[in-house]
Amino acid sequence: MKSYFKNMKTITKVDYATYLGVILAFIVVSICQSQGLVSRSLGGMLVPICCYVCMSVSLNLTVGVLGELSLGHAGFMSVGAFSGIITAMSLQSAVPNDLVRMVIALVAGAFFAAIVGFIVGIPVLRLRGDYLAIVTLAFGEIIKDLINCLLVGWDENGLHIALNVDGTKSMSSLGLSENGIEIIKGAQGATGNARIATFAMGFVLVMITLVVVLNLVRSRTGRAIMAIRDNRIAAESVGINVTKYKLIAFVTSASLAGAAGALFGLNYSNVTAVQFDFNTSILVLVYVVLGGLGNIWGSIVATVILYVLPEALRQFSDYRMLVYAIVLILVMLATNNPQVRTLISRIIPRRKGAALDE
Amino acid sequence: MKKKLLALALALTMALSLAACGGDSSNADSTGETSTEENSGASGTAFKVGVIGPMTGGAAIYGTCVANSAQIAVDEINALGGDIQFELMVEDDVNDAETSLNAYNALMDDGMQILVGTVTTTPALNVVPQAYEDRVFTITPSASGDDVIENNDNVFQICFTDSNQGSRSAQYINEHFPDAKIAIIYKNDDQYSIGIRDNFKAEADARGMSVVYEGTFTEASQTDFNVQLAAAQSAGADLLFLPIYYTPASVILTQANAMGYAPTFFGVDGMDGILTAENFDASLAEGVYLLTPFSADAEDEMTQNFVAEYQDRFGEIPNQFGADAYDAIYTLYQAIQAAGVTADMSNEEICDALIEVMPTLAVTGLTSAGSEMTWDENGAVSKDPTAVIIENGTYVTP
Repeated sequence: MKSYFKNMKTITKVDYATYLGVILAFIVVSICQSQGLVSRSLGGMLVPICCYVCMSVSLNLTVGVLGELSLGHAGFMSVGAFSGIITAMSLQSAVPNDLVRMVIALVAGAFFAAIVGFIVGIPVLRLRGDYLAIVTLAFGEIIKDLINCLLVGWDENGLHIALNVDGTKSMSSLGLSENGIEIIKGAQGATGNARIATFAMGFVLVMITLVVVLNLVRSRTGRAIMAIRDNRIAAESVGINVTKYKLIAFVTSASLAGAAGALFGLNYSNVTAVQFDFNTSILVLVYVVLGGLGNIWGSIVATVILYVLPEALRQFSDYRMLVYAIVLILVMLATNNPQVRTLISRIIPRRKGAALDE
Repeated sequence: MKKKLLALALALTMALSLAACGGDSSNADSTGETSTEENSGASGTAFKVGVIGPMTGGAAIYGTCVANSAQIAVDEINALGGDIQFELMVEDDVNDAETSLNAYNALMDDGMQILVGTVTTTPALNVVPQAYEDRVFTITPSASGDDVIENNDNVFQICFTDSNQGSRSAQYINEHFPDAKIAIIYKNDDQYSIGIRDNFKAEADARGMSVVYEGTFTEASQTDFNVQLAAAQSAGADLLFLPIYYTPASVILTQANAMGYAPTFFGVDGMDGILTAENFDASLAEGVYLLTPFSADAEDEMTQNFVAEYQDRFGEIPNQFGADAYDAIYTLYQAIQAAGVTADMSNEEICDALIEVMPTLAVTGLTSAGSEMTWDENGAVSKDPTAVIIENGTYVTP
C-alpha cells in the first residue's frame, strides 16, 4: 500500500487530495450543522457555494484546460436553472418525492444546457481568441433576452409555452386550466418555486463535477484537449480532430454548468433571467482566474473564499464591495509576486509538483 | 515593484475619495450605531427590527432613504421612553435577490424579530417566502409588486400595489385627458415596470382609451431613447406614460427636449426622485405628472417636522420611499401597542399576534393624505394614489 502511494504520480496525488478535501469539508460542515454551530447566514450560503464551485470547475475546463475564453458561462447556468425549474414544477404531482424530483431536474438542466452548448459550440468553436469571447458574450445576452420573453405554464394537459416577443402576450394567453401552475412569467422570471435544493445534493453535484472533470482531463481525450491548447497546429499535424475535442470540452463544461444552474434555481423561490447576466459570467471567471487556470482545487478554494467574503465583510457596511475589490487586487498582486511564490513553495514543498501540474 | 506601489496607491485614493462621497450614508450608520448602544443598555426590552434594502448600487437612493427615515422614526419612538423600544439593524442587498436572502439570514443571526423590508420588489419575492416559513412579521415600505403579499399572511405593504397604480393612472388620464393619444415606454426586464404597464393597458383597453405606441427598453439599453421617442412622436402621441424609475425617465426627458418633442409626461411612484436626479436639469421636469402619496412640501405639521428633521440630519429632501418607511415604523408601533406583545417574545409569537391586529388598525401617517390607512387580510393597504404635477421645482396637486 505504501509503495502504491510512493509510486503514484504527483498529479494523481493532488487529485485524490482534492476529493478528500471536499469530502472532509462536507463532513465537517454537516457535523457542525447538526450541532447547531453553523450560523444561518453561512447555512444559507452552502447551496449557492456548491453551485458556484461547479460553475467555476466547469468553466476551468473551457478556460484553463481548453484554453478558450468563454464569457457566456452564466447563459448555460440560466438554461439549466429554468429547464430545471420547469421540470421540477411540472413533476410536482407526478413525483411527490423531493429528492427524486430534484435529481430529475438536475439531469434535465444538464441535458438542455448540453444541447444548447452543442448548438452554440459548432459554429463558435471555429473561432479563435477574442472572437470566441465576443460570441459567447453575445450568447449569454441572447439567452437572457429569450428567457425574458418566455412564458411557461403547466396544467393537466401538459406544458404551455409561448414566446412574448412583441410584448402583447401575457400569462392569460397561455390558456391554462383552473388548477394550472404559472412557472415562468417572462421578465418576472420564475416565482413561487418550491425550494427543494439541499446541501447534500450540492455536495454530490460537486463530487460528480470533480470526477467528470478530473477524469476527463487526465484521460487520452484530456491530453488531446491540452495539446490543442498548447499548440493547435502541432496537435492537428499529429491527427487530432480539433473541432471534436474542443466540442467535447465545451459541451461537458456547458452541461455541468446547467446542472449547477438547476440546483441554484431550485434553491430560490424567485429566479429571474437578469440574474444570469454578463456580470455573473465575469464573477465565475474571476473565481477561475484567481484560483489558477487549469488548477481545479484552486478554483474550488477561490470560489468558496470569494463567495463568502462579501458576506463576511458585512461589518464594513457601505464599504463592503470596496474592501472586496481591494482584497481582489491584493490577492492578484500577492499570487503573482515571485517572492511570495518561493515562500509558499518553501513552506509546502509539494507545491512544486502542483506548479508543474499547472 | 513601482507598478505595484502605484496600483496600491490608486486603490487607496479610490477608497478615500469614495469614503468622502459616502458621507451621508456613513452618517446614517453612525446614528444607527449610537442608538444601538443606547438600547443595548436595556437589553431584552428593545424589538430588533431589520431593514433590508439597496444601500449601495443603482437603487441606493431608495434604500438609504428608507434606512434614514426608519432611523428617524425609531429615534422618535425611543425618545418617548415608553415600554416599546426599537433597535434598528440595516443590511444591504444591492437590489439583488440572491444577496437579499443572504442579508436576511445575517439579520436572523443577529436576532431579528420583525422585518421592515425589503425596499424593492425583486428581492422581496425571494425573502418573503423565507420570512413566511420562519414566521417573521414583515412590513414592506415600498415593494409594490402584487406577488409580494400573495400566498402569505405575514406580509403587509405600506405602499400601494402595482396593479392599483396602473389602473389608477389610466383612470386619472381618462378623466383629465379624455382625448389623449397615449404612448407607453416601459422597461421589459423589470417586474415593477411590467406589472404597472399590464394593469394600465388592461384598464385603458376597458375604458376605450387610445394607446398609439408602446416602446420597451432593458437595463442594458437605458441610456438612449431616441428610437422610442421618435416612434412615439411619429405615432402622434401627445401623452407619454412612463411606468419606470426616475433614472431612465431623466434620460427620456432630456432627449425628448433635445428633439423638440413635448408631450405631457405621466409617471408613477418611481418618478419620485426626478428632481434630485444626478446630471439632470430639473427645469425639464416642469409639468411632469406623477403618482405619489407623499409630497415634501405638504403643509401639515407631521410632514414638515419629518422633512425638517431629515434635512437637518442628512442634508437632503426625503422621497416617498422614506415617508413610507417612516409610516411603516409607526404602523409597527401601533400594531405592537394593540397586540400587547413584548420584546422578549420570539419572532413566531410576535408574528402571530401582529397578524391578528393588523386588519383592525387605522393609521394616520405621512403618506395617508389626511385619511387613515387600513389593511385587508391579504396585506394590501387602502391608500389611493394621487397625482401631482411638478411646478417650480415642487409637487403641486393639480
